[in-house]
Amino acid sequence: MSEPRFVKGQRVRIADRTPPVHHRVPSYAKGQVGIIERVCGMHPEPERCIRGDGKPFQRIYRVRIPQTDLWRSYKGTEGDKLEIEIFEHWLEPAE
Amino acid sequence: MSDHDDHDHSRTFQPDHPEPTSDAALVGLALREILIEDGHYTAEEEQAVIARMQGASPENGGKIVARAWTDPEYRQRLLENGAESIRELGFELEPYEFTVMENTDDVHNVIVCTLCSCYPRALLGMSPAWYKSNSYRSRVVREPRTVLSEFGVNLTDDVDVRVHDSTAELRYMVLPQRPEGTDAWSEENLAALITRDSLIGTQRDLVPG
Repeated sequence: MSEPRFVKGQRVRIADRTPPVHHRVPSYAKGQVGIIERVCGMHPEPERCIRGDGKPFQRIYRVRIPQTDLWRSYKGTEGDKLEIEIFEHWLEPAE
Repeated sequence: MSDHDDHDHSRTFQPDHPEPTSDAALVGLALREILIEDGHYTAEEEQAVIARMQGASPENGGKIVARAWTDPEYRQRLLENGAESIRELGFELEPYEFTVMENTDDVHNVIVCTLCSCYPRALLGMSPAWYKSNSYRSRVVREPRTVLSEFGVNLTDDVDVRVHDSTAELRYMVLPQRPEGTDAWSEENLAALITRDSLIGTQRDLVPG
């Protein structure tokens, strides 16, 4: 188990990239900024698993993003949030 | 279907199953047979997993919720470490993490998997068709309040919506609020109140009958 790179409450940006392999980041979340809602465990990285490169494990985090940041003309409140699981190699610290 | 002379399909193919006709179904069957022949798992293990999946129903989730309603310390353990705390009740969700999201007066939670249809089957049984539909998966992230109102959940602006997109290795269940007037109810009677949709978050209020 490697040490988590991010801590709960930290602001992070989800990478905006589209590798030509199976990956578990939906387009709507790419490039978005949120905060770490919780630090989860280590799980097999989908991009490398699918190529048969063994089962390299990566940390998963739950990232909380305001709905009003995600969708233009969102119908709801400032308090509405979307929470999503993101592997560590998709995250960078954000201002 | 087993008129080949070098092997038979009886270990993976049950006589009451329909014959696989599509290429994808045949490839799936062939893959399972290779995995079994190579010793990755046994046909008996495969059958046991299928039986467990088919035997699961939202009653399992209901038992977990009823325990959390009646035992505050269990509720705390459930919210902090879902996977471990359901083992206390004999449930297992390996290799997934299990995350329980608690509804409160100020927060309503709803679960979706936008990429496919991830669902805690061992605890809720097979997912409903709408959960797997493109419409639910694409709309509930973008316009959760509208989708919820179509399910009969009309939220006022003082309740925040939290949409949980189950995109990787976590599985989710909503912990609904315990209805008023059920203080004296037994755990068993409480469990019977809990519906599948309340565990997904497309229902908010449970009504004591």
